[in-house]
Amino acid sequence: MTPREQFNAFNTLLTKEILRFSRIWVQTILPPMITTALYFVIFGELIGARIGEVEGFRYMDYIVPGLILMTVITQSYANVVSSFYGAKFQRHIEELMVSPMPVGLIIAGFVAGGVARGLIVGLAVMLVAAFFADLALHSLFLLLAVALLTAMLFSLGGLINAVFANSFDDVSIVPTFVLTPLTYLGGVFYSVSMLPGFWQQISLVNPVLYIVNGFRYAMLGVSDVSIGASLGLLSLGVMGLFLWAHYLLRSGRGLRG
Amino acid sequence: MTAAIAIRGLTKTYRNGVQALRGIDLTVDTGDFFALLGPNGAGKSTTIGILSSLVDKSDGQVRVFGHDLDRERGAVKAAIGVVPQEFNFNGFEPVEEIVINQAGFYGLPRDEGRRRAGELLEALGLADKRRAMARELSGGMKRRLMIARALVHRPRLLILDEPTAGVDIELRRGMWQFLREVNQAGTTIVLTTHYLEEAESLCRHIAIIDEGRLVERSSMRALLDRLHQETFVLDLAQPLDVAPVLPVLGVRLSDPLTLEVDIARDRPLNALFAALSEAGIEVKSLRNKANRLEALFLSLTARGAAAECRDDGAPHDPA
Repeated sequence: MTPREQFNAFNTLLTKEILRFSRIWVQTILPPMITTALYFVIFGELIGARIGEVEGFRYMDYIVPGLILMTVITQSYANVVSSFYGAKFQRHIEELMVSPMPVGLIIAGFVAGGVARGLIVGLAVMLVAAFFADLALHSLFLLLAVALLTAMLFSLGGLINAVFANSFDDVSIVPTFVLTPLTYLGGVFYSVSMLPGFWQQISLVNPVLYIVNGFRYAMLGVSDVSIGASLGLLSLGVMGLFLWAHYLLRSGRGLRG
Repeated sequence: MTAAIAIRGLTKTYRNGVQALRGIDLTVDTGDFFALLGPNGAGKSTTIGILSSLVDKSDGQVRVFGHDLDRERGAVKAAIGVVPQEFNFNGFEPVEEIVINQAGFYGLPRDEGRRRAGELLEALGLADKRRAMARELSGGMKRRLMIARALVHRPRLLILDEPTAGVDIELRRGMWQFLREVNQAGTTIVLTTHYLEEAESLCRHIAIIDEGRLVERSSMRALLDRLHQETFVLDLAQPLDVAPVLPVLGVRLSDPLTLEVDIARDRPLNALFAALSEAGIEVKSLRNKANRLEALFLSLTARGAAAECRDDGAPHDPA
């Protein structure tokens, strides 16, 4: 394929993915907005008022970056895992497999779809947050970089999950038993400095902690870890998962007989 | 001229140990309308799967219009349009969207894809369904949608795996006409089908695969010429009690008003009709009893021979 043809093919897959989640916006875009509003009401207004300040910020303002990024993580992952596994299950993944699209371009198309959903819903949640909290911005570049890399990383994770999945149960195992615990224990609702020393050390093994704190730094200018570690982990993660996904699709794992 | 398909020593063993192909050599000429026949499980769909990059081969060489599948997979894919046996589109997408997207996956701009989709859906009688969700289409319409999708990038080679399965006879004949026109416009077509009448009517060359091996490859005419006799069914104006004596290979009375005659293929029918007139037998109509290709198919495939054995009353294991 020529570069122009590759652009057309990528654009087609991205448009298809955006149309897919837009058609079912009641399932894809609205629920995270409602859930986040509930988080703000319960954790921010009701409980947060009794907590006081964290790292010099109102509790409500402190949890905003984590809640936005949690949305980006879950939405980008959910989009690709459900779209790719659905295509595998209904066999219309064959539309792509018989086409001359290179494997890297197929991955890029699905990931771009996941990034689009993650960032659109993340933006929607940010708008909801604006009703409850004072939104701050420390670095626009870091905000965009962390959000984009996070959406890419978890979109790739969703794709790899879908490649291995043999049933719809397999699609929900990782989000339920891996992603949710890591996210809740990743400093979305608290600073690790509030934990006892032993649990602080354990928390440092959780990759989501670095990602959440990277985004918190971009908004509030405070972080439990270095921003360099956050960006480094994200970049390495994206590269590693892309290479893994590329190997899986190229070898036809779970796709070709 | 470069062959549309050149397959040498193609083998496929699945992970479960099933040997689907045991060394196939096959050439399909450019511009041909080619039938690939065989009983269920013979290896037809595996061959098509390998050609369309949905199945990995175990060994052998595959070239499509001179492009090697191992080294130039992109060029091979761009040259082929595939209509699979099973429906493999997203039932929750509009019909037109499915065709436009497929054009895009082959690198066409969206406007061009939309234009071509419109033309193909019109030609295949789906224009009024273009905004309908694909899952709402009837079985025949779904098959036609897959043909439109396979043709939207104007492939040089169209591969159809059982394209008319479950399609009523009127619609089937409409699809045959459409495919003839596609072939006449220069597209090489490879077709698998269980309707042997379809292969006989459409295809110029034929290959029969059985148990992963090629058991026949010739022109349709040469193959059919191998049949030494044909059976005709005569509908009679008046009933008969016994079969008359006629100058043919065999005569049977299936019921008082229906006579079956076996006649050598190289003999004219005039002698038969002269004898019928002489015996005072009036014939209302005449038709060829069985699909001729079916008889050959059964004689060439192992399972056909086995079925014939069972029909002869030979002992066999209970199912």
